[in-house]
Formats: sequence, C-alpha cells, structure tokens
Amino acid sequence: MSIVIGILFMVATYLMLSKSLLRIIVGTGLLSHGAHLLLLTMSGLKRGAPPLLGENAENYADPLPQALILTAIVISFGVTAFFLVLAYRAYKELGTDNIEQMRGTKGNE
Amino acid sequence: MSLLHLAIVAPLIFAILVPFFYKGFRRIHTGWFILPLPILLFVYFFSFISTTKSKEVVMKTLDWIPSLGINFTAKVDGLGLLFALLITGIGALVILYSIYYLSKDKEKLHNFYVYLLLFMGAMLGVVLSDNLIVMYAFWELTSFSSFLLIGYWYHREKSRYGAQKSMLITVFGGLSMLGGIILLYLMTGSFSITEIITQADVIVTSPLFIPALICVLLGAFTKSAQFPFHIWLPDAMEAPTPVSAYLHSATMVKAGIYLVARLTPVFAVDGLWLWLVASFGIFTLFWGSFSAVKQTDLKGILAFSTVSQLGLIMSLLGVGAASLHYDGLDDNIYVVATTAAIFHLINHATFKGSLFMVVGIIDHETGTRDIRKLGGLLNFMPITFTLAMIGAFSMAGLPPFNGFLSKEMFFTGMLRVLEMDFFSFDSFAILFPILAWVASVFTFIYSMILVFKTFTGKYQPEKLEKKPHEAPLGMLISPIILASLVIIIFFFPNSLLSDNLISPALASILPSLVTEETGFMVHIYQWHGFNPELFMTLGVIAVGILLYLTLPKWRRVYDLFPEKLTLNRFYDGAVERAQTGSFKFTKSFMNGSIRSYLVYIFTFFIVILATSLFYKNALKVDTSELATIGIYEVLLALLIVIAAVSILFAKTRLSQIILLGAVGYTVSLFYVLFRAPDLALTQLVIETVSVALFLVCFYHLPKLRKEENRVRFKLTNAVVSVGVGIVVTLIALSAHSNKFFSSISQYYIENTYEKAAGKNMVNVILVDFRGFDTLFEIAVLAIAALGIFGMIKLRLARREEE
Repeated sequence: MSIVIGILFMVATYLMLSKSLLRIIVGTGLLSHGAHLLLLTMSGLKRGAPPLLGENAENYADPLPQALILTAIVISFGVTAFFLVLAYRAYKELGTDNIEQMRGTKGNE
Repeated sequence: MSLLHLAIVAPLIFAILVPFFYKGFRRIHTGWFILPLPILLFVYFFSFISTTKSKEVVMKTLDWIPSLGINFTAKVDGLGLLFALLITGIGALVILYSIYYLSKDKEKLHNFYVYLLLFMGAMLGVVLSDNLIVMYAFWELTSFSSFLLIGYWYHREKSRYGAQKSMLITVFGGLSMLGGIILLYLMTGSFSITEIITQADVIVTSPLFIPALICVLLGAFTKSAQFPFHIWLPDAMEAPTPVSAYLHSATMVKAGIYLVARLTPVFAVDGLWLWLVASFGIFTLFWGSFSAVKQTDLKGILAFSTVSQLGLIMSLLGVGAASLHYDGLDDNIYVVATTAAIFHLINHATFKGSLFMVVGIIDHETGTRDIRKLGGLLNFMPITFTLAMIGAFSMAGLPPFNGFLSKEMFFTGMLRVLEMDFFSFDSFAILFPILAWVASVFTFIYSMILVFKTFTGKYQPEKLEKKPHEAPLGMLISPIILASLVIIIFFFPNSLLSDNLISPALASILPSLVTEETGFMVHIYQWHGFNPELFMTLGVIAVGILLYLTLPKWRRVYDLFPEKLTLNRFYDGAVERAQTGSFKFTKSFMNGSIRSYLVYIFTFFIVILATSLFYKNALKVDTSELATIGIYEVLLALLIVIAAVSILFAKTRLSQIILLGAVGYTVSLFYVLFRAPDLALTQLVIETVSVALFLVCFYHLPKLRKEENRVRFKLTNAVVSVGVGIVVTLIALSAHSNKFFSSISQYYIENTYEKAAGKNMVNVILVDFRGFDTLFEIAVLAIAALGIFGMIKLRLARREEE
C-alpha cells in the first residue's frame, strides 16, 4: 500500500511541476488521493469491523482517520472545483493554459 | 532589581514619558523635563566615589537567563564609575545646551529626546554591565541610537548617508565583538568579565585566544573610530551639534576605549594585544590630526581631531598594557601610559565637549561652519572666543590647560616605549615618539586654525546668512562649565582626580598590580623640570607656529593623495557592490516562476524529511502487523498504479480526466476494502461530481496547439518527483511501524453511543465531537462556492456588456 501511495505522490509531483494548468490541477487531485490513503494506512489497515456500533464487533477499524479523511475529501473537492473554474476563467481571458505564458514570458524554455 | 539597575534603565523608562511631555506641554521646551534626570543620576553615581576610592566594587545581580549564564549583573568599579559620571555629567550639560540649540517650535523634540535618553541608558548599560552578553546588547543599542540621532534631520541626504555609514561600520564591529565574546565563553565557560579575568592565565594558552582577541579589537576599533574604520565619524557630524558633542566626542566613541581598558587584564598577557592596540592607536592619532588640517568645516576639523585623540588614548592603553608584565609597581615605567590614558579621557571630554558646543554656537549664530566664510568674529562673540581658545589651546597641549598635563604624560609614555625590551619592540619603538610628536604638531596646527581662522582675520558679512551676535546665556552655560573645568583640572589635578577617579580606574584596568596597602599613587605634576617631554612640547609649539603661518604654501601636500584611493571611496564601492551583488543573487533563484518555487519546496521537502528520517533512526519496516494482502487489493493497487502512471503519458485532456476519475473510483473501492463505508460513499459522489466538473470546464475549450500537448520529459522534475515518491513511501512504511503512543481513537469508540447517542462513529466524530471542524469545512466550501460563483458571474456581466 505504501508503494502505491509513493507512486501517487510521485506522479502528482511530476504533474504539478508541468506547465499546463490542467495537469497541475490533475496533480493536486492525485496528491489529495495519496494523502488520504496515507492517513488511512498510518492507522493500520483492515483491523476489525467498520466503525459502526451496530456491528457489535470486538474490534472496530480506527474511526478517527476516517473522520479526518472525510473532511479532507470534501475540502479537496472544494479546492479542486475552485482551481478548475479559475483555470477556466484564466484560459478564457488569456487564451492559454500555460503558466509560463501567463507570466508574459515565452513558454518554451 | 536594585536601585543600581533602576539607575541604569531609568533613562530608558523615562524615554517612554517624553512624548507625553511633548504633547502635554507644548509651550515649555521638552528639554526642561529631561534635564533633572541626568543630574539626579550624576549625583547618584557621585555617591559611589567613596566606595571605589577604597578599591571596593559594588555588584548587584538580576537574574535574566540563569540557565545560560546570562544575568544582568551591574558592577560599579573605578573604570565603570568614571564612564558613568562622564555619561551623566556631560549628558546633563548637553541637554541644557540643546534646550537653547534646538528650537521648540521647529524641531521634533520628542524624537530627539527619546533617542538621546535611549542612548544614555544604553551607554550606562555598556559601562556598568559585568556580563558580556548584556553589555553587547547595550552596545548595539548605542549603535542604534547613534544611527537615529545622526539621521535626526532625515530629510537631508547627507544625514541619511552618515547614519547608514555609522550603522554599517559599528554594527559590523559589534557583530565581530559578539563572536569574540562567544569565543571567550568557549574558553572560560562564563560571560562574566570578573570571572574571565580570573581565568586570564588559562585563556592565553587556548588556540581560540588570538581569534577572540582580534574579534574583540575589531569591535573596539570600529566603535572608537580607529583607522581604517574612522571614516564614519566625520560623516556622523551631520547630527545636531549637541549630539556630536555628546555621542561622537565624549561618550559613545569612547565605548571602544572602555572595552579595551576593561579587557586589558584578559588579553594584555599576549604581546599581540599590545602591538595592535598601540600601533593602530598611534597611526590613527597621526592620520586623524593630519587629515584634520585640510578640513574646511569646523565640525569636520573636530571630527578628525576626535579621531586622532581617540587614537592617542588607544595607543596609551596599548603601551600601558606592558605594565602587566611587571609584578609590582616599583620601577614599573609603563603605568604612566595607562594613567595618561584615563587622564586624557577625562580631559578630552571636557575640552572637546566645550569645543563642539562653541562650534554649535558659531553655526547657530552665523549660519555657517565653513572657515573660508568665517573670520573676524572676535568683536561679535567675545565669550565664545574665550571658550574656543581655552578648548583649542588645551587640545594643542598648552599650559595652563589640562591638555598640557595629559600631553606631557603622553610623551612620557611614548618615550618609554624606547626602553621596551620585550615583544621585539626595539626595532620599531623609535616610531612611536616620532609619530606622537608629528601628530602633536598637526594637532597644534588645527587647533590654531579652529580659533584664529574663525575669530580673527577679515570679517566677511556678505558670506554669512545671519548677522552674528553673542549667543544667549543659556547656550553659554554648558561650555563655560566645561571650559572652567579645563582650567581647574590643570591647577588641581591631584586633589580633584587622582585619588577619586584615576586611581580606582587604574585598579580596574590593571588589577594584578593593586596592592592592599598602597594602591596606585597617581601624582600629576605641572612642572617636572627640563626633561625631554618639555622640549618636545616646545618643539611642537615652535614648528606648529611656523607651519601654521606657512600653511597655504604646503597645503598642496594633500592633493598628492589620489581621490580614488581614499577609504571613503572604498566604502562606497563596497556598499554599492554589496547591494547589486545581493540583488543579483536573489534574482538568480527568485525568478518569479512558480514552477521553480515548487521545485525548491519539493526539494526541501525531500531533503528535510529524508535526513530527519535517517538522523532520527525512524526508518524501520515492521512487517509483523501488516494486514493480509488479498487478491482484491493487489488488483486495485495495480489499477491505481496503471491509471496514475498513464496520466503522465495521456495525450489528450479528456483521457487525463478520465484516468483521474479512474484513480478516484479505485480509491473509493479501497475504502470499501479498508472498512470505511462512509468514505467510500463520499468519495464516489465527489469523484462523480468532480469528473463532471472537469469535463464541463474543459469541454468547450478549443484545442490547444499540438506541440503543447506533447508531454516533454524533464529530468529535474522527474528526479524531484521520484524523490518525493520514495520519501513518502518510506514515511508511510515507518509511520506504520513506529507507534510511540496509543491512539486516542479508543475514547471515541467507547463514548460514541453514551455521549452522542449515535452509532456511526465517523459521523458522530464529524458532527459532534469535532463539530467545529465540520463547521469550518462548510465555511471553506462556501467560500469556494462564492469564488466560483463570482468568476462565472463576472463572465456573464462581461458578455452582457459586449
């Protein structure tokens, strides 16, 4: 699982370092997935029943990271949506989604 | 907190009140409120004289940071007391003088007096602290207040320049002094000067001794304007004249001398100290007096003369340090140099203080300080002329003024260098009396210029801005007091100063020579027969008069020095280069590209996390508690990896978005496997919405040009990304394997039903236990929604306009 998270982070970083706005946003999306899984993994996986008292189990999975992740998912959605619309507007106004060109310099390094 | 501490910080506390006085009583000059304070302090410190006279030391400690050995230890001994009396005494006179010098209607008096009190408190702190760190703090505070006071008329270009220059040079010295202090601490394990002195024998063998010595001397030399750091002092003359009289002649510039005197017992064991202090001092003496002659600004002359007089005292202290190589006082011929240093310190404060005030009066009453415009003022300002004459003749070393006495002792000290037979002094020793004599000739010349070019000669009313007249009485009081001291000290040096001030101060500088019974018997003679010193003085007068009269003929000498090679040029160039250099340096990595910054952030992330992982030995992989890996997990993991990696190589935006969606859905499946049904549900919903949003947003966008679609491989980015991936993997593994404390989750598991009456723990945590979190989460979403709404609305509005 840790390796999966590592790969997610790797790809996300690479994407965020690219020039296209869309790829950056996709990168942040992947990064948040990675972070969520990291949180979940840290608490240990697959121990006990789902954290519902109705299950009447001996052991429950740790509910705290799940609560945190739930918050994080929603927040990351909000951020992604905001980014998206921002990128869209920027594209509409400036006609490019290349952040180098947005600075007014030439995009080809 | 004892009364002594209170006395030191009293000016600082009092400074807080100044603005209220200024605001509340606009019609009364603010200076009148300030004046009582230094007088009170002077009287207070005066009461210590009987204590220090019997070679006792008053120590009061106030704990500050005891764990680091940093305490505010106030120590009153002979040397500290001498300086404290100078600071408060001259301070009182200067404030009295400033009341008449600075107009209460035009000047921002509250600023001026706040800075001045700040300086006074800081300076008292410097001379009365036994702890080196506390002393350093006060030391820098004096630099700051000096900066503020030089830049008091900040609308003038030259004031700002002078203020910056003094700040840069003195703070540079201060920092190197801090280095020296820390080195001393490393050697002795103490910041207390008293303790360090007791360990002087140990220190001298340490390899850190020489670096510490040089660092401390740098601090002292920059503060006391020794060559080649003297260049800030002439520019500091842009300050109001009371400030020049106070900071830049009587007190602050003597802080370096104080430091040298104070640490003489520590460092003087080594010949290098003697060499450096004495030779820098004597050269500064010569260079300062030589440069003073070519100045045309009265304050410029005084500035260079201060530089040279400081050099004189410094060289005396250097030579006097040789006396520590004797065990007792008998046949110790170098004590006289140290005695002369202290004596001249007092004399210099009196005559230079009065001279500065006289120049201030001339400036105030005529509107100029340029000696080429001045002349013939004798008839208009007889009292000022008398004062100037007393001060200048004392500076030139003529009887019956106190300068004569210390000058004679100075010659004695320098002549005795010839007899010095250690530290390989013999070959260069002859330079000391020669330089001393030459410098005295120049001192004589500029003293004469100061008096006679200003007060005699042709009166040139057309060049003056105002019609000159005698200064008001209030302005004359302070210089009159100082000038009368000049004369009084000449006639009664022994009864006034020897036992009360000089001998206790000597005991602080040369503690190893103090004996219980005798102490230092300081005796100053007005007349000691026809000896070499007297002939030297006679020679100075004769040659000085000759050269003064022929000044126009040899003035050309100064043109021989090329303008480009002066130290000021060097300083200006260095400052400018430092500015452009640091600008270029910053520009080289702050290039304004967000991507570069991201690279820095990620690189930093990798380096910090990886090093701390290894350094803390946190890296460990514990497989014992790993969950079993089933076929589903393997499949899903593969799916995520494939999807994620193929995003990198996806050609079109559409496929990128779809692949991102695939990753998201797989993650939600993972949540199902990992016993997190709520997460899985949320993730599913969110993923669907965001993929839809992605598609909506980018569906309409026109096709990008082909070449921008191509994914170009970038090595740096790839390396950074792989690094981040590896570090995160390691952290995930280690986090899984290291458990330092038990999770607080058990609390939630136990209390969910009882306290919140809910059965879904995750939900209960979100809406109940951590309700505020969720509230703010909603707020964040609302803000994002508002932002999105705003952006879309903006577009609609734009369209309607079109």
